Parts: sequence; C-alpha cells; structure tokens
Amino acid sequence: MPIHIIDRRLNPGGKSLENRQRFLRRAKSLVQGAVKKTSQERDIKDVLEGGEVTIPLDGMHEPRFRREGGTRDMVLPGNKKFIEGDYLQRSGQGSAKDSGPGEGDSEDAFRFVLSRDEFVDLFLDDLELPDLAKRKIAHTESEGIQRAGYTTSGSPANISVSRTVRLALARRIALKRPRKEEIEELEAAIAACTDEDERLELIAQLEKLKAKTKRIPFIDPLDIRYRRFETVPKPVAQAVMFCLMDVSGSMSEHMKDLAKRFYMLLYVFLKRRYKHVEIVFIRHTDRAEEVDEQTFFYGPASGGTLVSSALQAMHEIVRERFNPSDWNIYAAQASDGDNSYSDGELTGMLLTDKILPVCQFFAYLEVGESGGSAFDLSDSSLWTLYERLRNSGAPLSMRKVSERSEIFPVFHDLFQRRDTAQEKAAP
Amino acid sequence: MTERLFEGADWDFHTLQRITDACEEVALKDLGLDVYPNQIEVITAEQMLDAYSSVGMPLFYKHWSFGKHFAYHEASYRKGLMGLAYEIVINSSPCISYLMEENTATMQTLVIAHAAFGHNHFFKNNYLFKQWTDADGILDYLDFAKTYVMQCEDRYGRVEVERTLDAAHALMSHGIDRYPGKKKLDLRAEEKRAGRRRQHEEEVFNDLWRTVPKGAAKSRTALSIERRRKLLGLPQENLLYFLEKSAPRLAPWQRELLRIVRHIAQYFYPQSQTKVMNEGTATYVHYRIMTKLHQQGRITDGNFLEFLGSHTNVVFQPEFDDQRFSGFNPYALGFAVMQDIERIVTRPEDEDREWFPDIAGKNDVMGVLRDVWANYRDESFIAQFLSPKLMRHFRMFHLHDDPEERAGIRVDAIHDERGFRRVRRELARQHDVGFIDANIEVVDVDLSGDRRLILHHHVIKGSQLNETDAKRVLQHLADLWTYDVSLIEVDANDKVMREYVVSPRPIPAAVA
Repeated sequence: MPIHIIDRRLNPGGKSLENRQRFLRRAKSLVQGAVKKTSQERDIKDVLEGGEVTIPLDGMHEPRFRREGGTRDMVLPGNKKFIEGDYLQRSGQGSAKDSGPGEGDSEDAFRFVLSRDEFVDLFLDDLELPDLAKRKIAHTESEGIQRAGYTTSGSPANISVSRTVRLALARRIALKRPRKEEIEELEAAIAACTDEDERLELIAQLEKLKAKTKRIPFIDPLDIRYRRFETVPKPVAQAVMFCLMDVSGSMSEHMKDLAKRFYMLLYVFLKRRYKHVEIVFIRHTDRAEEVDEQTFFYGPASGGTLVSSALQAMHEIVRERFNPSDWNIYAAQASDGDNSYSDGELTGMLLTDKILPVCQFFAYLEVGESGGSAFDLSDSSLWTLYERLRNSGAPLSMRKVSERSEIFPVFHDLFQRRDTAQEKAAP
Repeated sequence: MTERLFEGADWDFHTLQRITDACEEVALKDLGLDVYPNQIEVITAEQMLDAYSSVGMPLFYKHWSFGKHFAYHEASYRKGLMGLAYEIVINSSPCISYLMEENTATMQTLVIAHAAFGHNHFFKNNYLFKQWTDADGILDYLDFAKTYVMQCEDRYGRVEVERTLDAAHALMSHGIDRYPGKKKLDLRAEEKRAGRRRQHEEEVFNDLWRTVPKGAAKSRTALSIERRRKLLGLPQENLLYFLEKSAPRLAPWQRELLRIVRHIAQYFYPQSQTKVMNEGTATYVHYRIMTKLHQQGRITDGNFLEFLGSHTNVVFQPEFDDQRFSGFNPYALGFAVMQDIERIVTRPEDEDREWFPDIAGKNDVMGVLRDVWANYRDESFIAQFLSPKLMRHFRMFHLHDDPEERAGIRVDAIHDERGFRRVRRELARQHDVGFIDANIEVVDVDLSGDRRLILHHHVIKGSQLNETDAKRVLQHLADLWTYDVSLIEVDANDKVMREYVVSPRPIPAAVA
C-alpha cells in the first residue's frame, strides 16, 4: 500500500487570518471597548505594542440547546469509602467537582492577543480630524495610477500577452503565413510521394512555404502591446497641526507629564492616520519657540508664562508657511491655565482676530494637579477666557484633565468622529 | 530484522518512511487491520492551531466563529495553558494524519501507529462511520462547500450569508438524522446535484410563468391534521432538514447552506458517539505495535521507556476527588476495556465465563476485537464489555443527585455484586448521545392560521433547557422560519413545563 509522506511545514501560514479578521470585524465594538480599557492602564509606548485584551464572551456567544438542572445520575471512578445508600453533602468537596466537564460554561470572559497593528487600528479607529474641508490639487505625492488602454511602447513588465498574441494571430492570418500543419502535411506528402516530378514540385512548394514562414515572423515587434497607465491627480486635504505647550515654572512635573502624554497620543494618531499632516511643535514660557519633536517631548525648560507669545508664534508661522486658503489648520494647546494678568487681553485678541478665524478646530486641554482640588476653587484665567470665546461661537473645544487615566477618554472625546463630518472627510 | 528504525530523538523523512513501513507490517500482519491508504503530513504548531479552529479539517468555509476559536486557542497556547495534540487524523480516504514537527522520533512512531493505523482502521470498519460518513467524498465536499459559501457571499453579501450560517450553526446539533432509513450520503453526487439544480433553474427560468393566471386556490381546510403532518414529514427531529425542505421563505441558496451545515454535522455525528471506542482502539493498536517493535529490537529500550512515559500520561484516569478530574478519560476507559477483553479471551476467570460466555477463552484476541470495533458504539460497547473486574479496578460508583432530596446526593450503587449491572448501565447511558442531547422535534405547523412552527422538547428527568441559550437559538430558528416559533417543554406525562414563543426579527434592509 503506497504511503504518502508530505512536508506541509513550508505551506503558507495564516490560513486562519481571514476568519480572524471576520471575528474582529464582528466583535469590533466589544474589542474596541476592551482596547480602550486596556490602554488606560498602560504607557503610551506600550499602547503601540499591541497585547492581550479581554472581551465579554457574551457578545460573541454561539448559542446551542443545552440542558441543565433536573435529576442527575453519574458514574465516577475512585470510590474509597462509600457504600450503597450513603448520602453525600452537596456543599462538600465530594460534590464540588461532580458537574463533569463543563463545555466552557464557566468562562464569562474571552481573552486573546491582538497584534500591534490590530491594536492601534482599533484604538484609533473612530478618531478623525474634524472639518477637513479645504482640498486642493496638490503636488506629486497625491497622484493615483489608473489603467488607460494599450500602447506600443513601454517596459517589458507591462507587456500585455493576450493582446499581443491576438494581434499576432490576426496579422499571421491576414498575411497568410503557412501553418505548421500545412508544412507537416506537405512533408508527409513528399515522403510518401513516388513520382519524381511530382516530388520535385512538392519540394518547390515546400521551399516556398518555408521561405514565407521565415519572412512573416510568428510574433513581430509590431504586434507587441503594453498596458498603459496614466496618473491622475487626486485632491488631497492638507492639514497642519500646531501643538502649543506651556512649559513654564507653574507647570508641575505631573502637569507636564499629562500634557506630554496628550501630545504623544496626538502625534501617534496623526502620524498613523494622515499622510499629509504637518505637525508644528511650539513650546512657550514667557517666550515661545518652535522646536523639533525631540526637544518638545524631552527637552527641559522653565520660566514665566505668557500665552500670547505662543499664539503670536503660531500666527507668524501660519503667515509664513501655511496659507489658510490651502491648508486645514488645527491647534491643540495644553496649559495649567495660568497666565499673566496683563496678558489676558492680548491673548483674547490674538485668538479672536488672528488664530480662530483660520483654524478649523482649536482644542484646549487644561491640566491640573492630581486629585483635581485646584479645579474646585475657581476656573483659571485662560479657561474663563476660552469659555467666553466658545460661547460666542468659536470652533473651540475645552477639556480638563488631572489624572493619567483621563487622558485617553478626553482625547477620544476631542477627536471623536462626528456624524456631520463623516461624509466630507476621507484622508 | 533487528535493524533499528532510528537512534535518539531526531528523525527525517526517510525515518518516517521506515517507521510507517514497520508499523504497517505489524498492523496488517500481526493485528490483521484493514485500513484506508495513508497520507502522513508533517505540520508546525501554527498549522496545528489552524486545524484546531476548523474542527481539524484541512479546508473549511470561512466563518467568524472559526476565527474566534483560533484566537482562543492561540491565546491559551501562548500562555502555556494548553498543550497541542501530537496529531490530528481525518476520516477520509486517503486517511490524512497530521503530525507535529516537534515530536521526537519515538513520538512520531507512537502517533503513526495511533492515528494512521488505529484510528484509520476504526474509521474504515465501524458500522456508524460506514453508515453515516463518506470518507471518499468528504474532502471534495468541503471544497465544494467552501467555494459555494464564497460564491454566495459574492452574490448575496457577506452579512446575509453570515446570518444564515449563524442560524444554521446554532441548530447544528439538531441537524442530524439519528436513524438510518435514508440512503447513505454520497457527497460527490451531492456536489454535482447542487450544481445541476442551479443550472436547471437558470435554464428553465422564464419570467412569463409569473404572469400565467392561477386557478382558484384549493381549500386548505380539507387537509386533515394527520395528512398535513404526514405531508410535512412530522414529527421531525432533524430541524435543519425540516427548515431546508419546508421553511416557506428561504432563498434556494439559503437552503443549500443549511444542507451543507447539516451534512457536515452528520459527518461528525459518529465521532461523538464513539469517543471511547475510537480512542480506545487507537491506543490499543499503538500499544500493540510499539510493544512488537520493541520486541523485534527495532526501537531501543530507552525509546521504549519514553513511549511508556507518554502512554501512561495518555491513559491516566484521575479519581473523582482529584483536582485534575474532569470525567472519564476516553483513552483510559477505552484502552482498559480493550485490554480487559484481551484478558478475557486469553486468560478468563470463572467470573468472566459467567459474564462473557461468548468470548471467554476464545483465544482469538484480534478476531474478537475486530468484531467489537466494527459493530459497537460507546454506549453498547460499555453496556456489553465493561467487566466487574474493571469496575473494581476503577472503583466505580453511581451517584444519584435529586435536587428535591434534602439529605444530599445518594450513592445508588457501588462496585459490588449488587451494583455491577446498575453501574454499568448508568455509565453506558452517560455515553449515549441520544440521551445527552436534548430531545427536540418539530411536531406541527399551524398552516391555516399564523403559520406558527410548534416544537416539543421532551424533558427527561426534569432537565430543562438553559433559558438564555434556548431563546437565542429559537431566535435564529424563527429568523429562518420567518414566522413565529414556539417551543413547549413537556415532561414524560405530557405536562407542559414551560413555553417559549419567539417572533422573527425583521430582516435588515440590504446594504447597497
């Protein structure tokens, strides 16, 4: 009897990938909830590492008709001391395990591991930049490619075999190129022929055919066709995000930590989801400076507080580099809310006249001490100012944060996909 | 003849070939087994996990629940909560055995003997498998099912197909013919038939038929209840079959999906009835083959000890008060009974002559065992061949737990002269799927009224359905039936214990 031994180890893996994706799609909302919950407990760097999530089994339950209760009979091994007619206490050890092999009745939660990509995708899934409206035919990167018929020149990789062969066939028929069978037939006839004259005639015919075959090639360079592609410009929404962070002396380590977490999240979100988003980092004390991300997140600084300096810096950068008619402009500001008393008016003016008119969206994050006691007293000067602006209809969102665990919810809250914006926005 | 098959733990494909040849020699000559041609495939741990999630089959249609199982197995495997099987074997012809690449040479010998000869013989010869499964056609049929489901998804949308499959899966355990009577499934013909039917429908389609005026509707009241039930084939316990044939508003492709799920359930039906026997056979066979190979000097003492180590683990039966206890281990029970049969046939005692007059002292071990393997399932196997000696060995006892009984759980019988038969009968019943699965059947359809489908659950020993699950399954059932469905739980005296009524959910508007 023949026995086949096959090595399957090199077969492509991931046979279950499709099923897994279906499962994730199906469990999306559950998994998303779990992802957010998991991410609250972790550092931002770890968030991007993926990992294990637990979802309630209930939502993904596959029901079956199952029986339960009633009178039960069972045969068990390992009797040591019982004799017929004995009674066992129900709560006792003896009966605790008697239920037998429960088919997963006891598992009320379902754990599994998400890959890094799956995790981040789900984590950021329902976020977007609001009101990404200004679109412009932009430079090179935004070109798409589409098929556009055939051409007579191109790269060998693009040869369209079917089209080429079809043309060659048509040409061969049109020019009456002898077919292989014809020549074979003739050769057979020559071999079978006994009459010398007829033979010579046949040979002459054959020579003629062969010469013709040579003259008319099977595939001529004329026949060759290449698939043609053309590039089409795609409108792309360009956007710039300004990150304004207060690093003055009044910001405690805790507050700075909160602010940095927020920006880190913003950074990850933008980098991953939008190809055409520029990020500008501005940090300020009583002076503002544009810095690179390394300095922004890790460089030390201290000093007094003048919020207007940051807004001024932003305004200048917008004027120089980002024409508001071409760019969607966003800003996120984090501060403890303290500002010099004298600066309030200037800040308000800058915001109302210069910044807000060009911004699609302005997010303000007020960080506080752990425990949040500072908030209970009274609103900070910045908060009061911004609230007034918001009430007069400026595109401004404000949130307060005092604990690490609040960062994720607030972030989600700020960038939650809004229904009205849904149709308009596609990155 | 005393050439070693391998040294140490390493193996390559030549070693596997030598091992298989050696096992085959013992299996066919000494044990007289009759097997399908073998196909042995070496796979990795990841591929084993893949196989787990699609119930061991090499190909299957796509569905989210398989992804769920994969995620679950993967997570517990990664955490080390779960070891993977050494092998998976498929009841097909050729019989495919998957071997894990991590196995040592000894383990490969063990699993080849176990799967490629033990299980293989059982699949080919046991009456249940002969009756209900088509080993030649199953792989082609699964291939057809996979393609068909894919085509349906293309044509009718993934969501729709998923809805139908979800519902079918929920009813899978009640999509089985339990009694023969219809002819054996021929899955290849089945596949062709589906294709032909579709083609025929497309060929004869003519929109004009729709416009032909219909005659006056015949009066339905003329149908007597008896006649109606007969026309619908009621009572019917195969719910999927009933829906496929009689559900009023299913599309043809939905019926075909139900049919696919039903056929697959039927294919697995014998396996659930023969766990003890199937594993017992395979374990007995691998034990015999390994011992023989050792006797022939083809495997070293060291390798044989390694084998004994894993064999002992496989047939370990924890006692009821042990932390590790989770019911009877089918390997342990099956193997013990088969070894016991060997003992009764060759060295019977007086007790055995009294209990097993047919086989005691017959001396033809393999003849008796082959007959047992061919003609029994778990329930009848235990009821016939569990000997008093074995009951004493396992120290079996029977507990009766009546919730009404205040005093506690009663010990009804133990392994003594008075209890042997009762213990044995009860253990056999514990392995009877007809007894384990809820007994649910379609009893009537209210054709003249609101087309409500009426089901009965015959409650045994007061054990009713789990409420949440029952409601969900009935919801699926109602969605397929598209009218109300009611399930009535009745006890042995036809007293109604509980009634469920479920209405179908509106079909969500098709997403453009």
